[in-house]
Amino acid sequence: MADRAQPIGAGPGIGAAAIVAALILGSLAAVALRAEPGTGLGPADWQAVRFTLMQAALSAAISVALAVPVARALARRRFAGRSALITLLGAPFILPVIVAVLGLLTVFGRAGWVSQALGAAGLEPLRIYGLHGVVLAHVFFNLPLATRLILQGWQEIPAERFRLAAHLGADAGAIWRLLEAPMLARSVPAALAVVFAICLTSFAVALTLGGGPRATTVELAIYQAFRFDFDLGRAALLACIQIALTVLAAGLALRAAPGGGFGAGLDRPLRRWDAQSGLLRAQDGAAITLAALFLLLPLAAIAVNGLAGVTSLPASVFRAAGTSIVIAAASTATLLVLAVPMAASIAMARRTGWIELAGLLGLAVSPLVIGTGLFIVVYPFADPFALALPVTALVNAISALPFALRILVPRARAVLGDFGRLGLSLNMGGLPFRRLVLLPRMRPQIGFAAGLGAALSMGDLGVIALFADPEVATLPLQIYRLMGAYRMEAAAGAALLLLALSMLAFWIFDRGGRWHAEV
Amino acid sequence: MLRFEKAVILNGDFTVRANLALERGARVAVIGPSGAGKTTLLEAIAGFRPLEAGRLVWDGRDITADPPGARPVAMLFQDGNLFPHLTLAQNAGLGLRPDLRLSAEQKERVKAALARVGLEGLEDRRPGALSGGQQSRAALARVLLQDRPLLLLDEPFAALGPALKAEMLDLVADLAAETGATLLMISHDPDDARRIADQAVLVAEGVAHPPRPTTDLLDNPPPVLRAYLGEG
Repeated sequence: MADRAQPIGAGPGIGAAAIVAALILGSLAAVALRAEPGTGLGPADWQAVRFTLMQAALSAAISVALAVPVARALARRRFAGRSALITLLGAPFILPVIVAVLGLLTVFGRAGWVSQALGAAGLEPLRIYGLHGVVLAHVFFNLPLATRLILQGWQEIPAERFRLAAHLGADAGAIWRLLEAPMLARSVPAALAVVFAICLTSFAVALTLGGGPRATTVELAIYQAFRFDFDLGRAALLACIQIALTVLAAGLALRAAPGGGFGAGLDRPLRRWDAQSGLLRAQDGAAITLAALFLLLPLAAIAVNGLAGVTSLPASVFRAAGTSIVIAAASTATLLVLAVPMAASIAMARRTGWIELAGLLGLAVSPLVIGTGLFIVVYPFADPFALALPVTALVNAISALPFALRILVPRARAVLGDFGRLGLSLNMGGLPFRRLVLLPRMRPQIGFAAGLGAALSMGDLGVIALFADPEVATLPLQIYRLMGAYRMEAAAGAALLLLALSMLAFWIFDRGGRWHAEV
Repeated sequence: MLRFEKAVILNGDFTVRANLALERGARVAVIGPSGAGKTTLLEAIAGFRPLEAGRLVWDGRDITADPPGARPVAMLFQDGNLFPHLTLAQNAGLGLRPDLRLSAEQKERVKAALARVGLEGLEDRRPGALSGGQQSRAALARVLLQDRPLLLLDEPFAALGPALKAEMLDLVADLAAETGATLLMISHDPDDARRIADQAVLVAEGVAHPPRPTTDLLDNPPPVLRAYLGEG
């Protein structure tokens, strides 16, 4: 349907995209202009670059290597709780990093469950701080993501291929060579690149489990240049390096994007006839059980430890929780004001346009870099520390924008495709079409996007760490401070509260979107 | 009178040429092989496809450049004629005011239109709660309220069974007679064409031919139509 008219104008989307592009590119420009290359990179900076690349590469390799058997098991087995487990694999996306870190400390820390078991057997306790801990936390977050990405590869093999393979008498090994290995050859590099890119910009994990000269990432170095030395020039220089690393990772991810290859099927329900031997069943069962334990144990630890601390939380935690709720609400509102018009405009365009690129910019630039840029821009005119909360809400909204667009654009495209002509022939005009058709029909997706945005903002420990003075804290930052003061019981209680608030925020919006939705 | 003046309609990489006129109040079937451009012809009248050359004139007024909603056209598509999240009253009411800010008098008219097509008492239902035939009736109620002089049907009843389809076509013919609308309907079924259309436009090999009496065209089909009708 080439040259077809559309019922709504692209104006609001163009405006929103222009604001986003100006914000991100403006802070990039500020960083680039402020950077002081005079002194160059010191040995500590090079060490940070090396550590950043190494931990990201290790995290990606381990996450994906473990994800393949788990995805394979999920692809060829049907069992009670399977779909719940696959849903659970999506949960780490909205799980606040600081909560997961506390859970991992409880299980894998020096005084944790595993160390206690080792001690009982007369062995040394685990050491979690440093490279081990950073990689462990990254695997915790990215094993589920990698599993879902690779499982998707399995699901894209049409059921007809498996039927034909079974008809030809292919066993598990033959199916591996015939169908699964070629699929993995495409989907594994893509998964590796995505996890690598995510770990490159991870800040909160390095802040809590890394540190010290041997375990500092570039993002952490930016933060330290800010907070400890207040050396804006060096922070900006490090931010430039971070941008270069992110561009490198984005290039890898784009190059590794998987293409189709198995052709289309008729969407028959998938049945597998292979891999019925006891050994293979046991192997798949073990992969699924271990993965589920690895994901669930730290969450259980939060619940167990948090319940003890949640009754005696200091007042500062509740103040911080209030702040977090306000920020999450403001960030979600900002997100929707930007994302919904942009999604409509992208859906109307026939080719990839600059609006779509503006929406992806948030992925290419880490929140800490945007924060650094905004700080540099604001600093000559106003006290950046006084603006900590609005800036946090804004940066949270911008970093959630790419995900929101992924959710909204396909639906907007479908609504315009199904009802665009009818709206035009009824002469509805832009506003009535938005009010009566587009927004009501997109409501479930808008709710889902808002839920993700709210949960991400609620759990974010990034820009706020740069901007906050001691009087101000969001709940994640307050937990970090409690950990720093070795008040682990209060930290665990606050973490349980944060977990509940994040899940609640997601649930309210997602549920609100689907409530009485007629789709 | 609707007139295509040396019009060339572009649809991707193929074109449909039309140089023809339809009398006001005529009932015209559009017939021809699949993929010949029947839908393209209707979409050009409704304003979804621009003309590459020529003009489209309604009652002496050039409507070539008018946007879809400003044309004297009510159209029923193959599917997607109702918004599933709106009630029947709202769906039909869109024919009066596309922003649905209806006065009490207009709401009465909506009710009357739904009653006219046999959907009395179902005003607050949504399309999903109705049968296929009832959904078609609801769409026709909206067409009635739109009250446009040109009614275009792009096989909206193709998914209905034969008896129900005939019933719908009779209802369409009645409504067109009541409002004096000019009717253009795409048809794959010669019996449908004979049933309600006195004239037929043949669309074949990139050309929409001027209308001829339906019985003439079907009794003495040109070779391209004969191949399509399967009368060898």
